[in-house]
Amino acid sequence: MAGDMKYKKVAYYPGCALEGSGHAYNRSTKAVGKELGLDLVEIKNWNCCGAMEVKNIDPKIQTYLSARNLSITEEMGFDTVMAPCNGCYHNLKKAEYDLGHDETSKEVNQRLSSKAGHKTYEAGKVETIHALDWIKKSIGEEGIRERVKNSLQGIKVANYYGCMYTRPRHIFPEKDQGADSESTSKPHYMDDILAAAGAENVDFPLKTACCGGAHTLSDSDTSTKLVLNILTAAEACGADVVATECPTCHTGLEMHQIRAEKVLGRKTNIKILYFTQLLGMALGLSAKKVGVHENFSDPRSLLKEKGLG
Amino acid sequence: MTSEGLTIDAIENRADAIVAAPDSELAPNAKALAAELLSMSEVIVETWLEAKGQAPTQDKHEGFRLIALHRQAAKGNPSFNACRETCREAVYHHNLILHDPAAGDIARTIRVGAMVVRHLALFIGGKLQADGLGEFCCSSRPIRQADAIKPETAGAMEA
Repeated sequence: MAGDMKYKKVAYYPGCALEGSGHAYNRSTKAVGKELGLDLVEIKNWNCCGAMEVKNIDPKIQTYLSARNLSITEEMGFDTVMAPCNGCYHNLKKAEYDLGHDETSKEVNQRLSSKAGHKTYEAGKVETIHALDWIKKSIGEEGIRERVKNSLQGIKVANYYGCMYTRPRHIFPEKDQGADSESTSKPHYMDDILAAAGAENVDFPLKTACCGGAHTLSDSDTSTKLVLNILTAAEACGADVVATECPTCHTGLEMHQIRAEKVLGRKTNIKILYFTQLLGMALGLSAKKVGVHENFSDPRSLLKEKGLG
Repeated sequence: MTSEGLTIDAIENRADAIVAAPDSELAPNAKALAAELLSMSEVIVETWLEAKGQAPTQDKHEGFRLIALHRQAAKGNPSFNACRETCREAVYHHNLILHDPAAGDIARTIRVGAMVVRHLALFIGGKLQADGLGEFCCSSRPIRQADAIKPETAGAMEA
């Protein structure tokens, strides 16, 4: 599976978060891709995937919004689009599922595509992948090991995947298909990639647990407690770092880490880094190049101690 | 200690106490704590089911009532699957503690198990705080709902 040439050059759908709160993820993803010799071509004139806001008002409109991005991907001549944000990845996958299984979704998509004046996207034309798929399948662990310049050896990592990377299971038909595929119950691609870069992954029971991201404004106290529990569990498991692969999870963990100290008087010292930041530094990129200075849970002293700063 | 009659808030507090307890209190009571943590997890899901007007099952699935309770709660409500792995981790930690209650790091295992239970309490407790809160986040529900489409909204887009 590693060395899959079809993922060497893919369309890139950064989504809204990577242009804002998840800027460091955008920056580190692009830097890692360049270092690994992988090409990303950003989708032209992309739009919001529909996120949770549109989906909760009208899920068919969300399906259309995501389908428009898939349509543009196809028109640009790509059969694969990479979305590093769990929310975007999930929504593109959901749109793919809807358009393949639900007649009303197809009909709404056709009507709105005609009105907007672009080609109607049909299920099966474009494959949506996550940044984890992109690296794992195109480079693989062996390829990463060959390219590591600054091993992550000595860094203990709790890999946090969040909830939308694997749920609901039926929109990810490629998962749970044997040893090399991703697992929806025990995801491991991030573990595999960072282990190949030298990190020591800890056994972490909350890797897919809810971080309360959707409640962060409507019920901040619950979100803060959920995040605090994730961070304290990661510390109890021996981790120095929580690695993330979603800008919403990452921002939630960082902001509620600060809020937990202010509101609940509970301080945690664990650092939160995107997996692309850790991988980038292992590949020899500077901390600045992968946007570590943009993180709130300032990891620079830890990185310096581990020889990565 | 039995978990019967406990509220989710009381379970959260009990989990906090276990997490904060010294090794000398946890290690000698490993087997009892394993049972208590599993029982508290069951009470959390029972509370959710009862709040939804359902009678909690007494059946077991894969040898555990907690798994059967979760399956019951998730039936027709796929968003509840957001705590499926948390329930399974609660069972796993129960087994881990019982597998070797005299292990050198048993106090740490018990604390992590208590954190798993605390997460379940916070997640389900959060969903129960206000009707509908949390119903929207795990987005499988609209896919399976035939009435999820709101034609008037789609129509408005075409006007």
